Amino acid sequence: MNYSNFTLYLLPEIVVLLTALGMVGLGCTPACARIGGRGFGWIAMGGVGLALLVLLCLPGPATLPEAVVVHDPLTRLFKAALCLLAVGTLLLGAGGKTRTEARAEGRALLLFALIGLMVVVGTEHLLVMFVGLELASLALYILVAFENPGPRQAEAALKYFLIGSVAAAFLLFGLSLLFGISGSMELRGIAEAIAEMGADPVLLAAIACILVGFGFKVAAVPFHLWAPDAYQAAPVPVAGFIASASKVAGFFIAAKFMLLGLGASAGSADWGGFGAGWAPLLAALAALSMLIGNIGALAQRSVTRIMAFSGVGHSGFVLAALAAARHEALRAVLFYSLIYGLANLTAFGVIGLVRRSRQSDEMAAFAGLGRSSPLAAGALVLALLSLAGLPPLAGFFGKFQLFAATLSGGIDPAARIWLVGLALFMSAVSLYYYLRILKYVFFAEPAEAASDTTADNPSRAVFIVGGALLILLGLFPGPLLQFIQAVLPHAR
Amino acid sequence: MIAWTFLTALIGSCLLFLLPRRWRDSARWIALAAAVAGMVPVLGALANFAAAAPVGDFKFVLRHPWIETMGIDFHLGVDGISLVLILLTAIMALAGILFSWNITRQPQRFFALFLLIIAGAYGVFLSLDLFLFLVFYELVILPKYFLIAGWGSTRKDFAAMKLTLYSIFGSALVIVGILAAWFASGRSGFDLTALAATDYAPGLQIWAFPLTFLGFAILGGIWPFHTWVPGGHTAAPTAASMLLAGVVMKLGAYGALRVAMPLFPEGLETWRLFFALLAAVGILWGACVALAQRDLKFVIAYSSISHMGFVFLGILCVSLVGVAGGVLQMVSHGFIAALLFAVVGRMLYDRTHTRDLSALGRLGLRRALPFAAFVFIAATAASIGLPGFSGFVAEVLVLLGSWSSFPLLLVPAAAGILVTVAFGLKAMRETFFAEPVESTSPPPDYPPVTRPEYLGALLLLAASLGLGLYPQPWIEVVSAALNSEMMRVIFP
Repeated sequence: MNYSNFTLYLLPEIVVLLTALGMVGLGCTPACARIGGRGFGWIAMGGVGLALLVLLCLPGPATLPEAVVVHDPLTRLFKAALCLLAVGTLLLGAGGKTRTEARAEGRALLLFALIGLMVVVGTEHLLVMFVGLELASLALYILVAFENPGPRQAEAALKYFLIGSVAAAFLLFGLSLLFGISGSMELRGIAEAIAEMGADPVLLAAIACILVGFGFKVAAVPFHLWAPDAYQAAPVPVAGFIASASKVAGFFIAAKFMLLGLGASAGSADWGGFGAGWAPLLAALAALSMLIGNIGALAQRSVTRIMAFSGVGHSGFVLAALAAARHEALRAVLFYSLIYGLANLTAFGVIGLVRRSRQSDEMAAFAGLGRSSPLAAGALVLALLSLAGLPPLAGFFGKFQLFAATLSGGIDPAARIWLVGLALFMSAVSLYYYLRILKYVFFAEPAEAASDTTADNPSRAVFIVGGALLILLGLFPGPLLQFIQAVLPHAR
Repeated sequence: MIAWTFLTALIGSCLLFLLPRRWRDSARWIALAAAVAGMVPVLGALANFAAAAPVGDFKFVLRHPWIETMGIDFHLGVDGISLVLILLTAIMALAGILFSWNITRQPQRFFALFLLIIAGAYGVFLSLDLFLFLVFYELVILPKYFLIAGWGSTRKDFAAMKLTLYSIFGSALVIVGILAAWFASGRSGFDLTALAATDYAPGLQIWAFPLTFLGFAILGGIWPFHTWVPGGHTAAPTAASMLLAGVVMKLGAYGALRVAMPLFPEGLETWRLFFALLAAVGILWGACVALAQRDLKFVIAYSSISHMGFVFLGILCVSLVGVAGGVLQMVSHGFIAALLFAVVGRMLYDRTHTRDLSALGRLGLRRALPFAAFVFIAATAASIGLPGFSGFVAEVLVLLGSWSSFPLLLVPAAAGILVTVAFGLKAMRETFFAEPVESTSPPPDYPPVTRPEYLGALLLLAASLGLGLYPQPWIEVVSAALNSEMMRVIFP
């Protein structure tokens, strides 16, 4: 293996790593107090920005031996998106008060999580992918309870950790089975090895185990139970990171893994023509996620929990498109995951603002936001309506394409219309709880002692950029879509 | 050129959203300017319609690639049906703004939302690409919610949410149907003419037609999915009631005629009688319920359900006479319902703060507000279908059409007309001709009818009279459109 190449193509991750380590080091010195939380935030952003720059300057596509690192325009796009989401998270966290110990380490942990996600996105090697997932997960487990330690936070983090480690065990077991029957650690090698295998029982067992792992990562039912607690307990920017960046990476790797690596053993999710493979499994997970996520959200009073349940529902939409098991679905899923991440980060920014100034994330705490902070309220409207899938926002086209992709493949359009119908129905349900939040924002009278909810400048930047991008991508999704289409990896 | 109809509305809407609060008094002038500017291209199209060169079945065609990866075009065009409906929209925009001249609560937001609905309506009537159609169709949903929840009365939260959910569930059904058609036609694009020219398998049409048609018909207030109408129309502020009854319900009927029927003609053949039955029941049901109401707005709202029943009965006749009658009824009911809501919501309620029939009767309104009485009498005459007004022409055509298509359904339809006469006269008598308690005392001192009200009422009255006295050119353009290659497929 040529190590200089290895270093070159991992340079963005290395830059982030050095920044994170430097921050941990600085945090131990007396300078820590002088730099302060805000200073560390800027250092972290500088590091991620530099990594982004390096990423964009890296020379053309390259695949290192055994696909340990795959550098092509698609992975570059997603690594860049992850970096931007991390910058957004850091910007949202800039205005918060953090306890002294958390100043440096908290932000460094976020960077470690970012490295993990970048590694996941940039590899086609089973073990490297697993290591990346674990790196990201471990950092996020800690972050959930790191900033404000308390019994609720500890419970949520423990729940996240326990479910996560069980899922990781399943994933690792599945990957080892897969290695056992295919003799390869790379996606493409696996794809070749299992091309003729059909519905081999060991392969199916491996697939089931792997789906547990991915299901946990994207919070699909029945592996979603950690999400509402973790989102609520975590500091809001961290919850935003889990809901956006971590999910984007999860969708990316699940889509790539299933469609490129295991495409041959998809089976079929057609109504009346189910075939053994991962497609019917995914379809079942998708249907359950849509139902339980969206109906669960109806019962919540806390906006963070609503976002968690709605996130479960959105995972259902994405998995439904994946269950079509067609290459076309990849484009739709990738496009949607980017938009989804953007909308979530923006929404969590506003939630964080409210929670900081009113110490609550109940819907009632949002009363009067429309008058006291029109910019934040506007951003929240755009983010939630994009998630609900209303035009002219990006979510509308994203969902439309996703549902179209769900139909793709198959012979009879009636075959998978059950999934699309359920998705559309649940999408309509989701509008109800999003509107309930907006009702408080615009039409409820705030409590008398409601404190002021002026956004600080970094958050404002996130609101403006996020909202503008949601509108722009809604009106002109063409260029991004064409870019993704042009750089899609092709199954061999 | 034709795109400036909704572009002016959108630009006006954006300007108003960004308008600083201190300039809010100019909001209504900006809205009026946008509405007038939007009317210019409509009148231009009207003047040049005969002379313009057709492209396929449509004139003033505008086509640009939009999202090429999905085969989606920015594709607009006008034929006789869209022509009369954009004219309706232009007049309603003007009248709605004139009747909201006295809005004082956040007028900039109010008019911005109002113009968004107008833009959506123009777009729906002009779109020849089904994705673009859906964008405009769903664009209308949210502003309705905010207008009612923000500026409404009488259980506004409940009514606004109910109306929004009905709309979104309706459009979910529509999207299922459209995606099925797109899939079955080879996934090449969403061009309406191309999709309508495709022969779909009968097995698909048999379920896709009722889904799509019902999805549209829910927005058109078809019985038994009409229950959002009374609450929504009553709770809405005057201008929004006018738009809801005058334009938004027509979007549903237009979609049913323009999209559901030409796409799935065989499904139409199978389901025609069933839906016609619903329409006929709606005619009678709406009229009977209107007879029992004590709130004047509820009377008008239920009369809308009855009148929309005529629209659906007409288009389901699938004969030239019946469908043309249905289209004219859309326009006619738009003018009349808007006029009635304007009298009740603006002229009476804003002055007397009651809509209760017995309370209104005690006020001696005939002498206090003679102009309101005059307009209400004229509008009631139009509503019960007296010759000379637009309602007469339209309903006669629909009845003629159903005479040959569904002779038995004439019974409920004709009975509905009789009941309409009954509740129309009853409402008129109780509101204006009941003996005031002290008939000798001078009439109560209400603010006089303002100039915008005069203008708006005369505009709508003139429109209804114009259509009623000289219907020939309108019948001709609509019939020509129905004879086009695309629309001809709906006739057996």
